[in-house]
Amino acid sequence: MNKQIVKLFAFTVILFGVLIGFTSYWSVFDAEALKEKDANKRPLLEQQQIKRGRILAADGTVIARSVPKGRGDNLRYVRRYPEGGLFGHPIGYSFVEQGDTEFEQFHNDQLVGNDSEFSSIFDELRGRDQEGNDIVTNIDAGAQAVALDALEAQGFGAVVAIEPGTGKVRVMVSNAPFDPNRIPFPKDFKELSTDEFEAPLVNRSTQSRYPPGSTFKVVTAAAALDAGVITPDTPIDAPSSLDVQGLPLENDYGAEYPGLTLNDALTNSVNTYFAQVGEKVGEDTLFEYMERFGFNTKPAIDLPSDELQVSGIVDLEAGGAVLSRDDPIDIARVAIGQERLLSTPLQMAEVAAAVANGGSLMKPQIWNRVIDPDGRVVEELDPSEFSRPISEESAAELTTAMEGVVSEGTGTNADIPGVAVAGKTGTAETPGNTSCGGGEEENQAWFIGFAPADDPEIAIAASVECTPEFGGDVAAPIFREVAEAILGSE
Amino acid sequence: MSSARNRELGALVPVALLLTAGFAAVFAQEESRLDNLSLIYGAYFLALCLATHIYLRIRLPDADPYLFPLVALLTAIGLVMIYRIDADLARDQANWFVFGLVLFALTIQFLRDYDVLERYRYTIAGVGLLLLLAPRLPGIGQQVNGAFLGIKIGPLAFQPAEFSKICIVVFLASYLREHREVLIVGARRVLGITLPLLKHLGPLLVVWGASMFMLVFIRDLGSSLMFFAAFLALLYVATGRFSFVVIGMAMFVVGAWFFASTVPHVGDRVDIWLDPYVDPATGKYDPGGSGYQILQSIFAQADGGLFGKGFAQGLITIPGTDNALLPAAQTDTIYALIVNELGLFGGCGLVLVYMLVTARGFKIALLADDGFSKLLATGLTAVFAIQAFVIIGGVTRVIPLTGVTLPFVSYGGSSILANFVLLALLLLISDRARREAVGRGDPF
Repeated sequence: MNKQIVKLFAFTVILFGVLIGFTSYWSVFDAEALKEKDANKRPLLEQQQIKRGRILAADGTVIARSVPKGRGDNLRYVRRYPEGGLFGHPIGYSFVEQGDTEFEQFHNDQLVGNDSEFSSIFDELRGRDQEGNDIVTNIDAGAQAVALDALEAQGFGAVVAIEPGTGKVRVMVSNAPFDPNRIPFPKDFKELSTDEFEAPLVNRSTQSRYPPGSTFKVVTAAAALDAGVITPDTPIDAPSSLDVQGLPLENDYGAEYPGLTLNDALTNSVNTYFAQVGEKVGEDTLFEYMERFGFNTKPAIDLPSDELQVSGIVDLEAGGAVLSRDDPIDIARVAIGQERLLSTPLQMAEVAAAVANGGSLMKPQIWNRVIDPDGRVVEELDPSEFSRPISEESAAELTTAMEGVVSEGTGTNADIPGVAVAGKTGTAETPGNTSCGGGEEENQAWFIGFAPADDPEIAIAASVECTPEFGGDVAAPIFREVAEAILGSE
Repeated sequence: MSSARNRELGALVPVALLLTAGFAAVFAQEESRLDNLSLIYGAYFLALCLATHIYLRIRLPDADPYLFPLVALLTAIGLVMIYRIDADLARDQANWFVFGLVLFALTIQFLRDYDVLERYRYTIAGVGLLLLLAPRLPGIGQQVNGAFLGIKIGPLAFQPAEFSKICIVVFLASYLREHREVLIVGARRVLGITLPLLKHLGPLLVVWGASMFMLVFIRDLGSSLMFFAAFLALLYVATGRFSFVVIGMAMFVVGAWFFASTVPHVGDRVDIWLDPYVDPATGKYDPGGSGYQILQSIFAQADGGLFGKGFAQGLITIPGTDNALLPAAQTDTIYALIVNELGLFGGCGLVLVYMLVTARGFKIALLADDGFSKLLATGLTAVFAIQAFVIIGGVTRVIPLTGVTLPFVSYGGSSILANFVLLALLLLISDRARREAVGRGDPF
């Protein structure tokens, strides 16, 4: 029987080997994936025992802080958001009950002080508890409040303001807002997360995609100028209606413009002009420029990638796939911001910022610096370029045209006394948009622009959903108020 | 043969030191200071082990020198882990440890001539089956998590399956010792497969079938797996016919499929094992539902990594509440807690200790001279090893998670007591085997 006993022992050794194999798999090889699971509250619960760092606005306003609860083994820290709904977007929240989102999630490691393995071992040896770092953001608290008020007066939508030279995000608001302090309460969370009409948990700046309408003409013009397809003086006959792919493409009020040049075309937002320019530029070149401006990829902003939407030509019927330059596309309608083109407000703010910064697009960043518990700045934003979509010369020519929009065109409501403003309005018709409640006359109203035009300090995109009004009437005033708040505070 | 006992003594000292260090670590973590109470606990533990050691010197001078220290090591790990979970539970467990040692000594005292077990094998089998049936008896039976695992008489709760496993192993060893020849010789080839004759296999199948039926009746899946594996192991060792094992496996697969599809409790366990994120009752994503325990067990291990969170640093309840983050940490999922706090290395270390116990057990079986001793030692070792495999395999999702205890480590009186009886039997066999081996001049 001894032979069998030895074999049986060999078999049990294999069984124990399997146990060690599985334990290794869970504890080491698959550990990272398991820690990411939504069902796994352990990492959050452990973080809760660490004093998470504060999040501050540029002026020091406390956006988020952690307060202790309980003592001894039960000591834990709970997040508080003193300003309520004002910074709900883009800061998000961090609670054991519902996990973390947006800025809180993206900068989690810094906020809990996970950045260095060695320093944590060192802290442990000194008998010191792990403590998180504070993060100061670029957000202008005053302008953020102005933007939210102005937006709430007009309707649901978003406002994004970026400092063109650095990419610093100075304002990012989304209406409807939400108060992060309500998140831990199951009833409140359910209410917030199931309200499909107001959708307060959606950051409309980065997660909602709207047809950009005429604001996209800035991209078309940039491509045409930079690729040498037109100069500001190239005359193009713009009839009241064009036949494009069997359907008429018309100008507002049936207006007709013989021998039209860029400045007047942008000032009056002439559809038949830009449709022809778009066809001249061609699909390949327009795609090339769109990609340089940041379309077709997720924005390089410090927010979690899975909470960002890609702007581009989106086939919603094919599950939201972003179309490539090889797909059949009505390029003339893309050129005027129609077709299946969709853009986030953040993306259009980046377009404005790139033109404002002499053709150089900086990576948009919400954070500014990380401060450790001893008050030392351990990390600081080093502004970096995302791309250089157009030349400085093309940017200057485009700026001149955009100034015309505000001084005498569709965007006069964005005018700030004593300051030169460059901008572009947009009004996309979205009839039958179910999220608007099915109205026939519902528009997506836009304004993108920057100021001062000669030395831009701020580039802004404002977008309002489901309004019967035009971009120049509802979005341009928001631009003006936010720009004034930012320019005035400096 | 005092050299064996000297080795045992030498091995007990590091175990006691480990226990002392473990308690010191818990104190240091909880009170932020070192307490000489840990030294006192360590001294108590060492004193108990020494007393047992002296008893073994007198009664079983030739018995295997490593088994008792290894078991003491497992008990020490268990005591420290349970103390870290709940000091009151650890006190109970320490008491059970003392009772276990007493029962261990009594078994050695009264079963010196363990051959008597052979004579009463049908009685023992009957007792084993009755023990399994007890939890379903009205008045004393108890249902836990859908399974009827325990009985309660007055203040005394008790898990009879732990003792039943020893009874069944004794019966199987004794029956197979007597009938192994006829099982082999009487086998006939049918369709190319060697099958034993039913008349030889009959009583075996009756007892085994009855125990399986009882287990399904009380819904104790873990124990049924244990019993079944022990049965196959013994059958294989006794007959040397691998085909019997294959037939047995086939029977098990058919039986398991039958029960999984007819008994909802069994089917649910399997579904949870296959996909713990989905609630088997509703078919919807529900990580907080029936799959909560296994998921949390896996998450706890993921959190441990290579070296663990550190002793007494893991989370067992959700802070600020009494809700369990790791359900049944002191019993079913204690291995997950060990991996969480001591890491993959701690978990591997524990598995290695079980492997060493198993190695010593099979070594005893190899040395034993007579068929009954060989089979008994094999069966006891196999059932011990499989018990460890069933629960560690359960919390690591190798097999469906079922409620058996991790021998000597999990909290639970019945488990400690039964396993000390098992240890006593192994040492009894070992003492005789090694003495006879020396008499024969065999090396070992």
